[in-house]
Amino acid sequence: MSNSKLFQTFFHIGLFTIGGGYAMIPLIEAEVVDRRQWIAREELLDLMAVAQSCPGVFAVNISIFIGYKIRKTPGAIAAALGCILPSFLIILAIALFFHQFQDNPWVARAFRGIRPCVVALIAVPTFRMAQTARITWTNVWIPVLSAFLIWALGVSPIFIIVAAGLVGFLYGKFIN
Amino acid sequence: MFALFFTFFLIGLFGFGGGYAMLSMIQGEVVTAHHWMTMGEFTDIVAVSQMTPGPIGINSATYVGYTAMVNGGGAPWMGVLGSLTATFAVTLPSFILMLLISKFLMQYKHHPIVEHVFLGLRPAVVGLLAAACLLLMTPDNFSTPTESPWQFYISVAIFIGTIIACRVYKMNPIHVLLACALIGILLF
Repeated sequence: MSNSKLFQTFFHIGLFTIGGGYAMIPLIEAEVVDRRQWIAREELLDLMAVAQSCPGVFAVNISIFIGYKIRKTPGAIAAALGCILPSFLIILAIALFFHQFQDNPWVARAFRGIRPCVVALIAVPTFRMAQTARITWTNVWIPVLSAFLIWALGVSPIFIIVAAGLVGFLYGKFIN
Repeated sequence: MFALFFTFFLIGLFGFGGGYAMLSMIQGEVVTAHHWMTMGEFTDIVAVSQMTPGPIGINSATYVGYTAMVNGGGAPWMGVLGSLTATFAVTLPSFILMLLISKFLMQYKHHPIVEHVFLGLRPAVVGLLAAACLLLMTPDNFSTPTESPWQFYISVAIFIGTIIACRVYKMNPIHVLLACALIGILLF
């Protein structure tokens, strides 16, 4: 697997990640897990937990991890650059040439179509990931409770990650 | 320029919790503490960052770097340099940290403690993903039946259509995204 292939793949993903870090997950799932089979779906879950609990940009953290796994440090640089470059170039173009970008009626209309699509794109891997995480009737309360705490009570996802990791650790140590 | 680097390095180092948490940090530093731009300019930057492709943290760092340099009396090429500085600085801390963590995890992946921690983490991450989805179901993204029934029902149709296209027909998310942009242009 060459570094340029890594760069290309993440450039592609970065170019179509609209609406923040989680919008990248369905794209990574399609390109990196299903198409190129660089990592397993289970690994994607693990590294989402890691990327979420680290500071910095979620999407960039994920690209660094995948890049490192495939081609060590050069791979991490290639993947991170690929992920960052599309946003960088597009924003620079807007800053330099199209100041009125957000007032353009065509752009506004396209985005009214894109937004509900992005929400659905994030909903789809949620159910696939539930199978990967081996969610059954006995442990389904964990994702439901986590989602409820974050969504309804505004608990930080980092607390959820730390608590879940701790529960896993204690379970392995004392019960298993 | 050094202040710009340092500020974004700190934001990258302490910016936990994704793009939106980062935005409030950037606002605090750039608007309130350093007066590099007005609140109005910052709000425009946030709007553009959300509308353009790419992570919101990277988009806003690039745009803020540019605006801060140009507002400080720099030529456009200085602005480009400012973009480069802010974007590089905001990714540097997590790059170093993620490299160390990646190295550690690959080495101890099969250690029983690590395996158990991840066994606890995986179901919670599914919850995180579900929460991200729920948090996005807002009037901002879907409109409401009273405010604009046309936009609301089309949005719901797009939502259901996307799920069917991805789950049943296994379509590539990028193609679905482009199709929805086209639907937006044609119908709204």
